[in-house]
Amino acid sequence: MYRYDEFDHRFVAERVAQFRDQAERRLSGELTEEEFKPLRLMNGLYLQLHAYMLRVAIPYGTLSARQMRRLADVADKYDRGYGHFTTRQNIQYNWIKLEETANLLAELSEVEMHAIQTSGNCIRNVTTDHWAGAAADELADPRPVAELLRQWSTLHPEFSFLPRKFKIAVTGAPNDRAAVKVHDIGLRMHANDKGEHGWEVIVGGGLGRTPLIGFTVRNFLPEADLLTYLEAIMRVYNLHGRRDNKYKARIKILVHELGEENFRAEVEAEFNRQTKLDVEVEQHELERISAYFAAPDFEVLPKRSADYEIAFARNPDFAQWVRSNIAAHRRDGYAIVNISLKPEGGIPGDATSDQMRSIADLADRFSFDEIRVSHHQNLVLPHVKQDDLYKVWKVLRANDLATANIGAAGDIIACPGLDYCTLATARSIPIAQTISRRFADLNRQHEIGPLRINISGCINACGHHHVGHIGILGLEKKGVEYYQITLGGSSATDASIGTILGPGFSGDEVPDAIETIVKTYLDVRKGGDETFLDVIRRAGHAPFKEALYAPAQRQ
Amino acid sequence: MPLLKDSEIIADTWLRLEDNASVPATGDIIVPFARLLAEFGKLSKRRGRVGIEFPNAERAEVLESFLPALSLVALPFPKFADGRAYSQARQLRQLGFAGELRASGDVLPDQLAFMLEVGFDTFEITTRFSPDIWRRTAQGLSLSYQPVKQQKRLHVWRERQLRGERSCRA
Repeated sequence: MYRYDEFDHRFVAERVAQFRDQAERRLSGELTEEEFKPLRLMNGLYLQLHAYMLRVAIPYGTLSARQMRRLADVADKYDRGYGHFTTRQNIQYNWIKLEETANLLAELSEVEMHAIQTSGNCIRNVTTDHWAGAAADELADPRPVAELLRQWSTLHPEFSFLPRKFKIAVTGAPNDRAAVKVHDIGLRMHANDKGEHGWEVIVGGGLGRTPLIGFTVRNFLPEADLLTYLEAIMRVYNLHGRRDNKYKARIKILVHELGEENFRAEVEAEFNRQTKLDVEVEQHELERISAYFAAPDFEVLPKRSADYEIAFARNPDFAQWVRSNIAAHRRDGYAIVNISLKPEGGIPGDATSDQMRSIADLADRFSFDEIRVSHHQNLVLPHVKQDDLYKVWKVLRANDLATANIGAAGDIIACPGLDYCTLATARSIPIAQTISRRFADLNRQHEIGPLRINISGCINACGHHHVGHIGILGLEKKGVEYYQITLGGSSATDASIGTILGPGFSGDEVPDAIETIVKTYLDVRKGGDETFLDVIRRAGHAPFKEALYAPAQRQ
Repeated sequence: MPLLKDSEIIADTWLRLEDNASVPATGDIIVPFARLLAEFGKLSKRRGRVGIEFPNAERAEVLESFLPALSLVALPFPKFADGRAYSQARQLRQLGFAGELRASGDVLPDQLAFMLEVGFDTFEITTRFSPDIWRRTAQGLSLSYQPVKQQKRLHVWRERQLRGERSCRA
C-alpha cells in the first residue's frame, strides 16, 4: 500500500501546525466562529449536538495494521473507546475537544493519516472498491489513481471553495462496488481493443434531497488526460454551480439545469482550453505511486485448501460465515474476508478499540498487513489464505466480529441520526438496532438472501436510503418522528433510486412493516434465485403496497 | 482600504469609478466592466492606465479582446466562501493576462495562499488583522501537490520527478 515519503510527511506536519494556529486564533477570539467554521471543516471537525465530531480520512478505505492500532489508541485517549466507520470509508470520533484536536492530528500524522478535506465545500476523501487489488473480477487496482487524485485534490488552490461538497469514487472492476453512479464524479475503468486502460467519466450522480443517477460524459478517457479533464469539470462546476441555495448547489443540479449535452459541451470546451503542461509530471507520479500498490508476495497455492474444506464440512457456524462473508480472490488459495460491524442489535459501523486492535493483529498475521473499510460500514481483510480462514474466524468470533450477515438483512447501513447529528430529523440507530434484532436469526437471513436495508435520519441521506433495496428515511412532523419507506434502490452496476411505497410509519411500526415487506417477497419470489431486488423490478410495488396498506384500508 | 502586495501594505494609486462618476483626464482608474463595454473607445484614448472590476458571473472569454488594453482586473469575493474568482483568475492568466490581478471583497488571511497560487497579485484587505498574520498566512504550506507560482514553495510532484531523474543518472 501507499507509504508517505518525506514530502507527504512534511505536508501533513505543516498542515497540523496550520490547524493548531487556526484553532488557537479561534480560542483566543481572533477568528469568529463563522470564519473558523470552514477552516475546521476542511480539517474534518464538526460541531455536533453534544461535542465536536472529528472525521478522519481513510483514503480509498485502505489501512495498515499500525494505522488501525493508532485509530484504537485515539479512540481510547481522545474519545470513549470506540470509533464509527462511515459510508465514505472514513472513521468518525464523536466526543472530541477542540483544544485537543491538534494533538490528536499530530498523533495521526505519525502513522501517515490526517483529516484533511473530510468535510467542507471541497473535494472529499476519494473512495473506491473495498476489494481493490483482491477481487477476482477486477481489470486493475484503481488505488494508484485514487492516491493520485488524493494528492491532486489536497488543498487545491482553485477548488477549495466550491459551491458545495464534492465526492469522487473510482472502480477498476465491472461489478461496481464503489457506487460510481451516485457520486459527483464516478470513474470506472475499461479496457479497449489494444488492452489499454481508460476511464468512463460519470458526472452528476448523488443522493441527498435530489437523488440522481450520474450520466456518462466520456466513455473512454485516456489515462494521461484524466487530471486535465477533471480540472475542466471542476472549473465548470466552480464557475457555474449554483450558490444561491445550498440545497441546489451540488453538481448534479448544474448538470440537470444545463442538460447533459450542454454540460458536456462546457466541459469539453474548457478541457480544450486547458494547458497540458504537466502531463509528464503526472505520469511520473502515477508510476511512482503504482509501485506501492504492487501485489503482495502471494504464495502459489492450489485452488482448494483441504484444511479449509474439512472445517467447512465439520462446523456449520463456520460454513455459514464462509457462505456470506467470504468473497472470491483473484489468486488461487486466497480469499477476501468481510468483517461485519453489524452484530445483532449493534450500532452499524461502530467498533471498540479492542476490536480494532484484534483486527489489526489479524491483518498483521494473515492479510499482508492490510485492512479495508467498505462503504457498507464494514471492514475487510483482503488477502487471507484459505488455509487460515478457520483460525481467522475463531479470533473474529471471540471478538464479536464474526456475524455471518454480509449483504443480508442484518447488514444495515445507518447514519448517526438524531443521537448525534445536528441535521437529523429522526433517530436512525435505534431503528437499525430493532430491525437487526428482529432479523437476528441468521438462517432466516440466509433464506431471505441479498437484502440491503439503508436508513437515513434526514433527507440529506447520509444513510444512503435512496439506494437501499429497502430504504428508510426518518422525518419529523409536529415534533413526532416518522419513517418513509422506499423500495427498489441499488448502488451497484445497475444503479437505481428507490421510490416511495406509501404513507410513513412511526418508529415502533417500522420493524413490522419491514417484516411484512420481507414476507411478501418470500411469497412472491419464483424460487431462491430470485432476489429481493429482482422481485421489485419484476413485480413492482403493487404486492408490497397491498400487503402493507390494504389491511388498514379495509378496517 | 489598505492594499496588500508581497506581504506589505502599499499605497493604492488606483481610483475606483462608480457607474456615473465622470472620468478624470489622467491617472489610473478602475471602472465597472459594463462601463468598459460602453465607453471603451473613450477610455482607451485617455492618458493613464485602465483597470476593471469584473463580475463573478461573467465568462473570462468575453474579456479576451480587451486584455491587451487593461492593466488591472479586480475580481470580487462577495463572501470568502464564494470561490468563483479563483477559477476566473486562473482563466485570465491562461488567456495571457499579465497585468495586475486584484482580489477585493471578503479577503481573509487563511485564503491568501490560495489566491496567490491562482494568480492574484494584490489584495484589498480590512484593518481587522495584524500585518503579521498576513505575512504568516501568505505562503501557506511550504509545499504543494499542485504546480506552484510562489517561488518559495515546492511542487511535490516536480521535486519527486527531479529526484527520480537525478538518482537514475547517479
